[in-house]
Amino acid sequence: MEIKGENYTIGYESDTATVNFQGSLRLVGMAEYKPIIEILDSAIAENPSTITLNLRELHFLNSSGISMLSKFVIGIRKKKTISIVVKGSKKIPWQSKSLKNLQRLMPQLILELE
Amino acid sequence: MIEIFGDFSESKLNNEEFLIIGFSPTSIPIKQRWRNNGLSADFVADYLTTFFPVSDEDPSTRERQVQIKGAVSYIANELLENAMKYNDDASKYSIKFGLYLQEEENDSLVSTVLIATNSVSPANLDTFKQFIQDLTSSDPDEFYFKQLEKSAEDQTGESSGLGFVTMINDYGATLGWKFESKPTELKEITVTTMVQLPL
Repeated sequence: MEIKGENYTIGYESDTATVNFQGSLRLVGMAEYKPIIEILDSAIAENPSTITLNLRELHFLNSSGISMLSKFVIGIRKKKTISIVVKGSKKIPWQSKSLKNLQRLMPQLILELE
Repeated sequence: MIEIFGDFSESKLNNEEFLIIGFSPTSIPIKQRWRNNGLSADFVADYLTTFFPVSDEDPSTRERQVQIKGAVSYIANELLENAMKYNDDASKYSIKFGLYLQEEENDSLVSTVLIATNSVSPANLDTFKQFIQDLTSSDPDEFYFKQLEKSAEDQTGESSGLGFVTMINDYGATLGWKFESKPTELKEITVTTMVQLPL
């Protein structure tokens, strides 16, 4: 499953339950994030033991996108049956500033910043 | 009439080093220009890096430049998105975006000030002012997580004001707002948001 926009690509690998984000995401509000939310929801629907979000090539994310990721993490936290790993990059400023907040929403979340 | 909320200082806009971009609502509709927000934000962030040159002898200068560029690009984009989203299209006032550099006496740059001005429709005015009052009277960290949990409960809802809260919480910025009632027949109101970012 893959979505391609002008500046971004989001892909889901079912065998590893990994959602890969690439490029820059600056979409208008939740409405435009809906197709991406659907990918994230379909990952949850497969009920894997762990879902990985790979953000290492996501250079930019606006606050609506941060909100989307936060909602996803809160959803997983409430479900209680799925673990989550977030792979980020220290070299990308928004990630070193904002990704720690996801871990505060769900302390069991594994944040791998490299 | 002028109303100020938060940390808004007119004197910060007196600096001679600035960059201003205007978007007139009389050309193509503001809401069809979304992609220009990212382009403008990246442009001003890149423009600013000229003032923070990289030295091969000091690797920390490269890291600093990357951090400054990332912070300015994020904040500029959020300010532009808000200005475009909430601008009152019935108004003839242009949306204005500006970047100002603050120097100390020894000529070293200490902070950058970003502003965005847009008109506000009377219908949205009270909600916006209430949000600002809630934000400025709360602990920013607590407010941030409260907003996230709240928006997670509401599947259709927007995460109102998350952009402002991340600027404070994640980037250490201070925010202020100036509401101005224009002395015209239409009694138009503009709001200028000021973000001061320590460098």
